[in-house]
Amino acid sequence: MEKINIKETDTTPVVILDKENGVFRFEGKTLPENVAFFYQPIIDWFNEYIKDPNPETILVLKLEYINTASSKALFSLFIKLEEIIAKGLDVKIKWYYADDDEDMKDVGEEYEDVIKLPFEHIEFEAED
Amino acid sequence: MSNNFIDFVFKFFTDLRDNSISLVYDGEINHNVIRAFTELTNNELELKDESNPIKKKVFNVMVESLQNISKHAERIDYDKQKYGRGIILISENNNYYNVTTGNIIKKENKKNISENIDVVNSKNKEELRELFKTRLSTGRLSEKGGAGLGFIDIAKKSGNSLEYHFEKIDDEYYFFILNSQISKISNHGKN
Repeated sequence: MEKINIKETDTTPVVILDKENGVFRFEGKTLPENVAFFYQPIIDWFNEYIKDPNPETILVLKLEYINTASSKALFSLFIKLEEIIAKGLDVKIKWYYADDDEDMKDVGEEYEDVIKLPFEHIEFEAED
Repeated sequence: MSNNFIDFVFKFFTDLRDNSISLVYDGEINHNVIRAFTELTNNELELKDESNPIKKKVFNVMVESLQNISKHAERIDYDKQKYGRGIILISENNNYYNVTTGNIIKKENKKNISENIDVVNSKNKEELRELFKTRLSTGRLSEKGGAGLGFIDIAKKSGNSLEYHFEKIDDEYYFFILNSQISKISNHGKN
């Protein structure tokens, strides 16, 4: 499968989707000007990926800021990943949040409550 | 310059100072405007040595309020513009940072907006999280991408009720003012 490697901007995150090396990663801020335009290629990629997924898929999210429109897009993405679980394969979300960011911690817990995927919540030390 | 104009400019300046208004804008709200203002405000807060969590909350509330305008404001007389037009004002007092926005809406949308905000204001922190989860997992993305999460998110992040007012323009249009207060002392959400 083609890799996706999107560079970070001040309103969109780094996105690396690499089936061969088992890297699935979002990092940065997500408040794109056009959420559908940014996320559609990513959703399309996962639509392909779930046809023949790796035995284990670990999606790493280390997000600093998520606007509400992006939170919907991420929800759609998580729902896709549930289909892999239905095939009997492993999927896990690693949700990173800075130790001074209670809001981002909350968001991870809220997703875990509405998505049927295992979450690992990982605190890291905020820069500054 | 006429004396009236000079008086106006000077009064404008002292009014901004007296009310600790750090940003005021009236015009098209598009993606680049949102980027510029959030950056500008973030820099101001950094100069004040404001904490990371508070900076993030202000950023958050600004983005949602401005995106609201860019997507939903009515454009009377501005039909050629792709984006909504409105005003934004960032101010502070001893206890709060205030993010105030204003934009024109159609009369028929007034009821819907006030009902939405009233529901959000009636919820405590835990109830807001539940409402957010419900809307996240059931509400379909509206054509404009909002999904009704904006007000909930502002209330969650600011930790305070949303203040609003509708000023009648004419039989068809109202000016919608939304004021969100972010407490300077982090209380982690509304209790």
